[in-house]
Amino acid sequence: MNWLTRSLSSSIGNKLLVAITGIGLVGFLVGHLAGNLQVYLGQDAFNAYATGLRELGPLLNILRAGIVLVAIVHVVTAIKAARSSKNARPVAYAKHTRVVSSGNSHSMVRTGLLILAFVLFHLAHFTWGLTHPEHYKLVDGEGRHDAYSMLVLGFQSWPVAVSYVVAMFLLGMHISHGIPSLLQTLGISHPKYRPLLEKSGPVIAVLLVAGFVSIPVSVLLGIVPLPEGVL
Amino acid sequence: MKLTLRVWRQRNASEQGRFETYEATDVSPDMSFLEMLDVLNRDLVERSEEPVAFDHDCREGICGTCSLVINGVAHGPRKATTTCQLHMRSFKDGDTVTIEPFRATGFPAVRDLVVDRSAFDRILQSGGFISVNTGGAPDANALPIGKAEADTAFDAAACIGCGACVAACPNAAAMLFVSAKIAHLSHLPQGAVEHEQRVVRMVHAMDGEGFGTCRNYYECEAVCPKEIPVSFIADMNRGYLKAALTAASD
Ligand code: FES
Repeated sequence: MNWLTRSLSSSIGNKLLVAITGIGLVGFLVGHLAGNLQVYLGQDAFNAYATGLRELGPLLNILRAGIVLVAIVHVVTAIKAARSSKNARPVAYAKHTRVVSSGNSHSMVRTGLLILAFVLFHLAHFTWGLTHPEHYKLVDGEGRHDAYSMLVLGFQSWPVAVSYVVAMFLLGMHISHGIPSLLQTLGISHPKYRPLLEKSGPVIAVLLVAGFVSIPVSVLLGIVPLPEGVL
Repeated sequence: MKLTLRVWRQRNASEQGRFETYEATDVSPDMSFLEMLDVLNRDLVERSEEPVAFDHDCREGICGTCSLVINGVAHGPRKATTTCQLHMRSFKDGDTVTIEPFRATGFPAVRDLVVDRSAFDRILQSGGFISVNTGGAPDANALPIGKAEADTAFDAAACIGCGACVAACPNAAAMLFVSAKIAHLSHLPQGAVEHEQRVVRMVHAMDGEGFGTCRNYYECEAVCPKEIPVSFIADMNRGYLKAALTAASD
């Protein structure tokens, strides 16, 4: 297994880990968004989905452990890459002009860490029920955990909605560079398809961000209403 | 035309460098950038000051010896042009021009604008060759090679090893250079044989020289005087992955 550790600790191996875990995280986002969008189907459908997830039992825990591991590897390897770059240029240029690279590409570590901070808050809010325990305890007419009302009540709070929207924009910035970058790292590149692959980042970012942001906006506009009799 | 030059001066690797400001009067727009520096040096010598050390050799854009980061861009403002082929008509009368050396751990400072780029030689020595004995020069077309393959190999072989890719890279990574050297050999039948060992050896040698990790900014491609495309880096990444997984242990 010597070859494995040696390969993964090389600059390209480290990058490959960032890329592969990046795919995992984008995949998670797509799944998460598909779940979240069910909020538009109403309280019953959304709570059924949420309960269904919980009923996966041990499988859910395996999935959760998997995504946590993927996220940790992504953060650690990305920071390792950034660190190696710092060491590679000890004396900074007095003047260093960016000819082609985007602001998004230069802020990957910053946007990534802010997204991580948001994710911890988001988990504390909706998964662990720490920030709004009174919403977390709600139960619907069928005795299920009322995830729908928890979501609506959460986003009716402006600070929660605004921080969510800001985090989604940061996420958009991060993946609009991240997706083309991971494709390049995995060696998926061809002169014919290069413009297409490079545009895939911004396009997927806009679609995902629009999907996620639509939910707090719809709550605030009353398109996704609080069911009668809650609170 | 008149220019104000802010030039990086550094006596040796252990001494701290600093910028000195010089006024260059009487610059002709037809001079090359290096000729402009020659004139500056002549003036400095006449005033009994130390001339500015900078690297140059062919002065026709083919050897890769000249360097310099000019106003924040490796090889200056003109696309696909080495510093020696850059002419002063690319600047305006009264401009201030900041001239710095290529800065990277892998390119330690020597003096003023001169850095030591021998790391590139050591990377080449680790695998940038073919070890099969090809005998004398074969007859033309004795070994058929497809036009597309030959063109790709030639595009990669256009790399003159100047190191502008490292200088421009926000990560000071050397991947454009290394990937071009790998590509120009691996696209030809004589070089393809050892492709896997070559990728692994050259990537590890590159890491050992203290270059950073490529994070896909593509600044290298933008400044490369030979317009080497970053698709070669993608090919190298793929080659490294494949070699790591399938090559017999090295
Ligand atoms: S001096 Fe030879 S390429 Fe510029």
